[in-house]
Amino acid sequence: MKTTRSFVSLLLLLVVFSAGLAAKLDCWFMSWPGNHEASFSPLDVMLGGGQKLFAGSFYREADVYYHSGYYPTIFDDRTAFETAHMAEDTGAVASHNQGDEAGFMGLPLDFFDTFNRHFIPNRHTHLDEGGPTDDLGKSQEVREILPWLKISSELDPENVQTYIVTAFWLRTKMGKVAEAEQVLREGLRHNPNNPQLLYELGRVYFENYHDLLRARNIWEAALRSWREQTAGKPDSEKFSFDNKFLLEQLQTHLALLEEAAGHFDAAITHWTQAQAVSPDPSVLQKHIDNLKTTLAARTNAPAATSH
Amino acid sequence: MNKIFAISNVVLLEMYRRKDFYVLFIVTALITAVMGSVTFFKDAQIVRYLKAICLFLIWASSLFIAIGATARQIPAERESRTLFPLMAKPVSRAQILLGKFLGCWLACGAALVIFYIFFGCIAAAREHQWPLADYFQAWALHWAMLAVVVAMTLFGSLVLTAVSSNITITFIATVAILLVGRYLHKVALSMTEPSAIIVTSLYYVIPHLELFDMRDLIVHNWPLIPWGIWLIALVYAAAYTALLLLLSWLVFRRKVL
Repeated sequence: MKTTRSFVSLLLLLVVFSAGLAAKLDCWFMSWPGNHEASFSPLDVMLGGGQKLFAGSFYREADVYYHSGYYPTIFDDRTAFETAHMAEDTGAVASHNQGDEAGFMGLPLDFFDTFNRHFIPNRHTHLDEGGPTDDLGKSQEVREILPWLKISSELDPENVQTYIVTAFWLRTKMGKVAEAEQVLREGLRHNPNNPQLLYELGRVYFENYHDLLRARNIWEAALRSWREQTAGKPDSEKFSFDNKFLLEQLQTHLALLEEAAGHFDAAITHWTQAQAVSPDPSVLQKHIDNLKTTLAARTNAPAATSH
Repeated sequence: MNKIFAISNVVLLEMYRRKDFYVLFIVTALITAVMGSVTFFKDAQIVRYLKAICLFLIWASSLFIAIGATARQIPAERESRTLFPLMAKPVSRAQILLGKFLGCWLACGAALVIFYIFFGCIAAAREHQWPLADYFQAWALHWAMLAVVVAMTLFGSLVLTAVSSNITITFIATVAILLVGRYLHKVALSMTEPSAIIVTSLYYVIPHLELFDMRDLIVHNWPLIPWGIWLIALVYAAAYTALLLLLSWLVFRRKVL
């Protein structure tokens, strides 16, 4: 009897000790810098810092699917694939591609090489153009890139291109505008005030919702963010290829929006600012001249009527 | 010929009793089912990622079955001393070798049929189409590739002493050929002598197993390979298999058991 009582007392003591120790450790764990409990993800646990590496692979895999498997390996010439074509075709990402995208394999080196090309995808196609069938009616098949993009964004939430590409194809080829907006807002949660994401979100409002007011607000916010992010940087960095591309796109789209709203003065201002960073300013100058003529005719018309 | 079939029949029965195939098939089906249960952006028609995963698992499983089963054939017979009563019968060493090869290869073919039927069902469930000719081409090329792998493993089991080393070396060689075999000549061009000539020679000597990998074409719904080209690939596999079996026979014929 005495033994049983001692045993129960010891057990109780151990339980109390365990609970106390757990409470103490919990307090320590909550204040520990390595605690990821607030944003616990099994991928974090399994992959750790290597996540971005895997994210890059999955992003690339999405582009492989965009080409239906016709894609250069590390042994091929990859200069025409520096920027993923699925991103380049959104119009929101600056292209760094050069060279022949259809001929990265080069000429066959030998009989085996010639023969081998019958057993692999051997023609440059894009899924939004029907892929290997070349049937434009099958442009919805671009959906096949989405699983890889989703995984990539889960692994590297700071890569804004993943959200932009996902949202673009969702809204343009699959008619899922609400989902596209959701993806971009998810991206903005991870990358607050990112000008690229704001630019794409503005396009959703302008091109799909036809909500000029919101589109203008978003693009102006993107411009402000672009200026804040590039403020204090040397010109070489401030007007790098990617930064110039984004600024030009923002100014061009704001100009188009103002034209659509009938605000030609504001449109001319934005076209002029776009011209300053455009690789082909002469084309924009012609458009600005046309707009000025239209604006002058419009201003003179009421005057002529009153006379 | 009857003797060869009799030996191959015994190998088939043994493979039928082993659990390798069942385990690998269940694992393939389970992983595919779990991956298939995931939906992206509420779109139930996204299928290519699933086809790619399923085909990858089928390829990996088929290599495990082919190499694992073949590598054990002759060493196991030797260890359990059942090879001696077999050789005491009026059966030549060539017939034993061919019987073993045929048994393993047929077993791989049967396993592949089941795997490809499963793959076809999974793809049809989402794509609502049955490209049977494509699947037939893919299955036949895959099976032809396994003939080379089985012959290579059989040769390895006569040259290498341990089963484990044979399995490891054959598996690494097969995977290496599948991954980089196609690019060896291109790599050699950027090398200096004598490594360039060695790599180029290697390129021409190795069996180009990557020829038989139609996965990308199947996953991305590319058109059929011209039947003439497909037939040449089968003849290429047959030639390599025959060569490897001949080498195996040359070793086996003089081998002291």
